[in-house]
Amino acid sequence: MAQSSQATGGLASIPALLLRNAAEFGDKPAYREKEFGIWQCWTWKETEQEIRNLALGLINLGVNEGDFVAIIGNNRPHLYWSMVAAQWAGAIPVPLYQDSAAEEMAYVLDHCGARFVIVEDQEQVDKVIEVQDRLHQFEHLIYLDPRGMRKYDHAHLHEYSHVQDQGHAARDEFATELDKRREKLDYDSTCVMLYTSGTTGKPKGVVLSNRNIIESAKSSAEFDHLGPGEEILAYLPMAWVGDFIFSIGQAFWTGFCVNCPESPETVSADLREIGPTYYFAPPRVFETQLTSVMIRMEDAGKLKKRLFDYFMAHAREVGPRILDGKPVGGWDRFKYWLGDLFIYGPLKNTLGFSNVRVGYTAGEAIGPEIFQFYRSLGINLKQLYGQTEASVFITVQPDGEVRADTVGVPAPGVELKIDDTGEVFYRSPGVFEEYYKNPESTASTKDAEGWVATGDAGFIEPDTGHLRIIDRAKDVGKMADGSLFAPKYVENKLKFYPNILEAVVFGNNRDRCMAFINIDLSAVGNWAERNNIAYSSYQELAGHPKVYDMIQNHVEEVNRSIADDEMLSGCQVHRFLILHKELDADDGEMTRTRKVRRRIVEEKFADLIDALYSGKTEQYTETEVTYEDGRKGSIKATLEIRDAKTVPVTTQKVAAE
Amino acid sequence: MLDASEEGYVTEDGRKIGGVLMEMKNITLRFGGVKAITDISFDIREGEIRAIIGPNGAGKSSMLNVISGFYVPQEGEVWYKGKKRPPMKPYQVAQLGIARTFQNIALFEGMTVLDNVMTGRLNYMKTNLLQQAFWKGSAEKEETANREVVEKVIDFLEIQSIRKTPVARLPYGLKKRVELARALAAEPSLLLLDEPMAGMNVEEKEDMSRFILDVNDEFGTTIALIEHDMGVVMDLSDRVVVMDYGKKIGDGTPSEIRSNQAVIDAYLGVAHD
Repeated sequence: MAQSSQATGGLASIPALLLRNAAEFGDKPAYREKEFGIWQCWTWKETEQEIRNLALGLINLGVNEGDFVAIIGNNRPHLYWSMVAAQWAGAIPVPLYQDSAAEEMAYVLDHCGARFVIVEDQEQVDKVIEVQDRLHQFEHLIYLDPRGMRKYDHAHLHEYSHVQDQGHAARDEFATELDKRREKLDYDSTCVMLYTSGTTGKPKGVVLSNRNIIESAKSSAEFDHLGPGEEILAYLPMAWVGDFIFSIGQAFWTGFCVNCPESPETVSADLREIGPTYYFAPPRVFETQLTSVMIRMEDAGKLKKRLFDYFMAHAREVGPRILDGKPVGGWDRFKYWLGDLFIYGPLKNTLGFSNVRVGYTAGEAIGPEIFQFYRSLGINLKQLYGQTEASVFITVQPDGEVRADTVGVPAPGVELKIDDTGEVFYRSPGVFEEYYKNPESTASTKDAEGWVATGDAGFIEPDTGHLRIIDRAKDVGKMADGSLFAPKYVENKLKFYPNILEAVVFGNNRDRCMAFINIDLSAVGNWAERNNIAYSSYQELAGHPKVYDMIQNHVEEVNRSIADDEMLSGCQVHRFLILHKELDADDGEMTRTRKVRRRIVEEKFADLIDALYSGKTEQYTETEVTYEDGRKGSIKATLEIRDAKTVPVTTQKVAAE
Repeated sequence: MLDASEEGYVTEDGRKIGGVLMEMKNITLRFGGVKAITDISFDIREGEIRAIIGPNGAGKSSMLNVISGFYVPQEGEVWYKGKKRPPMKPYQVAQLGIARTFQNIALFEGMTVLDNVMTGRLNYMKTNLLQQAFWKGSAEKEETANREVVEKVIDFLEIQSIRKTPVARLPYGLKKRVELARALAAEPSLLLLDEPMAGMNVEEKEDMSRFILDVNDEFGTTIALIEHDMGVVMDLSDRVVVMDYGKKIGDGTPSEIRSNQAVIDAYLGVAHD
């Protein structure tokens, strides 16, 4: 608790925290990066020196207070230092997604008017040079990796280490200026500007102050008892708010060590070598890992496979209870201990999770089976719900209250409210200052009292106080009888089955819900191979009666689980069909990030929706498709439509109240 | 024709090329009654990328084998670093600082990428079997130093993620890159590449082209390469030798070669006498 009292004692910026860490944990590792096959390490003292030199170098190059410094590249210690050096020099760091195309970069660089850009390598240099004519304020480009850069015109191009060297050489000239700029930084000055990825319209620059970042880092670190001994692996994009909070905010607040992978392709091996104690991954990463474990177990010897199955069944039964500290019998504990010796321990070690004390997943819904799998192994995986605008944390799951279907209770310092339409609002010290150069959006998102609209619809469970997110607010509607219609909620439940790639549920202003299903070709294809079902095309497999049987089972299981939910029981799927083609971004049915465009699907397949609601058992349809080279063609098919069993619901009035 | 004087020349993109590193003088190579190479002369200069092109069966690979010392020509002389090179065993040529990759990949399939690349350091290892067996002391120091060079090559060619993977499990394009890594590990002064892009898709070709240019730029390595893909050759190389039916029919910069009538005829197919 000594730390929180210090927060007012001058620790109001990241550079201030850096100085404290260099004094307090001077010889403790602050950053590691694997290079040339060996983990290279920088202590806090060395980190301070590196950042100081760079900050001096930036001032030497002419960085002014209030300038924007864009940072583009993979997770490298030097790029994290760039952000802190920029702050130290009084500038505002703006990390960009390293995989964005030159065009997207041009928009952001122009919007924030970055005078300085610090990039990782030649690839990023080329992108910036490609668009530099359109950037009026752009002046200097600094690159980290000199490879391939020899022939470039170096009039406005500088190597990172040279900037540091020049800064170091000019330390006597600029040292006082540097101190002065740091002392001016307070809780209200801008810490970082992060651009939201922009699924709707142009990206918006979210301005976060030192108060936002440090308060969020502080309360979340206390919530999970994070200390200077934690190890994390920084592998998620630096432009994402979560990475900024974990790898800068919490790391500087608590003084823990940030490890950077050798390359994006070596992350899983690096994870194993580091064995982080605190870990974050989006659900997709956990899914892929689980799948690869399962596939490798299929190929394992009989004895191993039987041991695995036996102990995993046991783990599913008692593992989560042991993790939550609930009472478990002595015999079961002994068996779990044995399982840990033979299966769970080695498995966790292979995955790199042996030391994980706190793990988080967020971003989208995670399948309950996947979630339970990791928890049953004894990995303390939890969910959180957050946004860039909130400096990540809105709700988190406390230890011992972890469930797959909620996103937890309000994070420390966060207030929640649900408005009449069901949309979730929050207020906290982490709430962003504004959208840069965009007062209209700021006003429509954040009201005068500081409440921020999340754009998500949800509700707070009365007895536990946990928040449950149902759907994007704009997709939530009402059924004809007035009960709640939340398509995403049902679609997610369907998509948790590996055989179902995509699902689209209809029912807004209708009396019943209907669904389109896309099968997952690899999963269903694999299943078909094992069951000797021959098929020659996606379309043929999708229309196979046995595939229909399988999907029907899934739909009916989902219906049973939805029926248990008082508010959403009206959303059970009454009839469904399996689409003859995959929904595709080339045909405009999905966004490039693979989110279904509901309106377009509705228009394009209007005949199929009519058939679903008119009670036909099959429907002939022709669909235009676009090939990858831009040519167009059409697919003709007669699709079967099936009824799915639904569970009658008696108490339906709760939702309408 | 470029002014290839003794002091070297400056390329179209402004790089300075040094003096003659290797010179082939009136080389003729016969296999029994078949003349594979007839009276060919050309030079390779320090720091340049030199390509040898020609239709199938023109004798390009034979020429590369003469350079690498694998074939000994019946007539003609090979001059290297200002000295006439006597007939040599391939390992002696390697000791002179000439490394190569092969048209058909020649790696140790069962060994990991790291071990394969380490074999490229063979000429730098001086400890004997006994010392290696006990490993402590000089053998350990030697391995650490060599490993450092190898790791820099691995980093350079961006193959960190497959460091510990057995070569047999790699796709073709990556194997080619591992071969290049092994050749680079030898820190050669002359690097011979036999069809480095054969069988690659467009993306792999782009990667490989970038690596070849970067090797030349970063380490100043002189590169002689054989390649079928004309686009690649014209983009990469500083000077090009064109062979047809074992004879040299052109020699010059890519733009000179493009307008050379004999070359055009050879590629478009004109009846030979």
